Amino acid sequence: MSALLRIPTVLRPAMGGATTLHVEGDTIGDVLGQLGKEYPAVKTQLLNDDGSLHRFLNVYINDDDVRYLGGLDAPVKSDDEITLLPAVAGGVA
Amino acid sequence: MLSLETSLRDKMIATCIRALPDEGCGLLLGRAGGDDAVVVEVVASDNVAHSAKLYEVDPKVMLRTFRRADDEGLEVLGVFHSHTHSEAFPSPTDVRQAPDPAWHYVLVSLRDVPTVVRSFRIVGDEVREESVSSH
Repeated sequence: MSALLRIPTVLRPAMGGATTLHVEGDTIGDVLGQLGKEYPAVKTQLLNDDGSLHRFLNVYINDDDVRYLGGLDAPVKSDDEITLLPAVAGGVA
Repeated sequence: MLSLETSLRDKMIATCIRALPDEGCGLLLGRAGGDDAVVVEVVASDNVAHSAKLYEVDPKVMLRTFRRADDEGLEVLGVFHSHTHSEAFPSPTDVRQAPDPAWHYVLVSLRDVPTVVRSFRIVGDEVREESVSSH
């Protein structure tokens, strides 16, 4: 399936500077895996070494966080809009 | 330098007080040019970590705010959060998890009276304070 990917500012320099890309894949896992291959510099910001979704990355399909849609198994449909955003977190602990 | 109207500085402080006993947090929308940024809106968020020692901006607020920034020709300039019992300086966790080197990181300390608001740039491990101008 072909979907539109919105790239966060922080990842743009390592992904050719584009703000959006057309991506292919049946699931979010497919899409992120493919991005990691095409742009090796961002792979560790997308996925953990064990292939799971990075803790500090939020991935949305349209308006929904993929963590509530099956995580990496979340299905991607034609014309979906996928948005990647950094998780914003910290603390004194 | 980070510039903002006093009412926006007050909104950050009010958001952090309302979140007590937890840390409070939110995003800063505005315009940036080089090292200088002008905040035009403070977007309060729930602290979804629900903790006095950790904060996490609600991912739904993130998505909504980034879309609005695109639609309105603004930028997400950075984030603010409170330290309830420690100084207004980024903790090692804040530095390690800083998501974007272009961002401005505002710390609100509720330990002191009056409340202390400071802003920092975080690039890798390097933390540099910048001046905050409220008017």
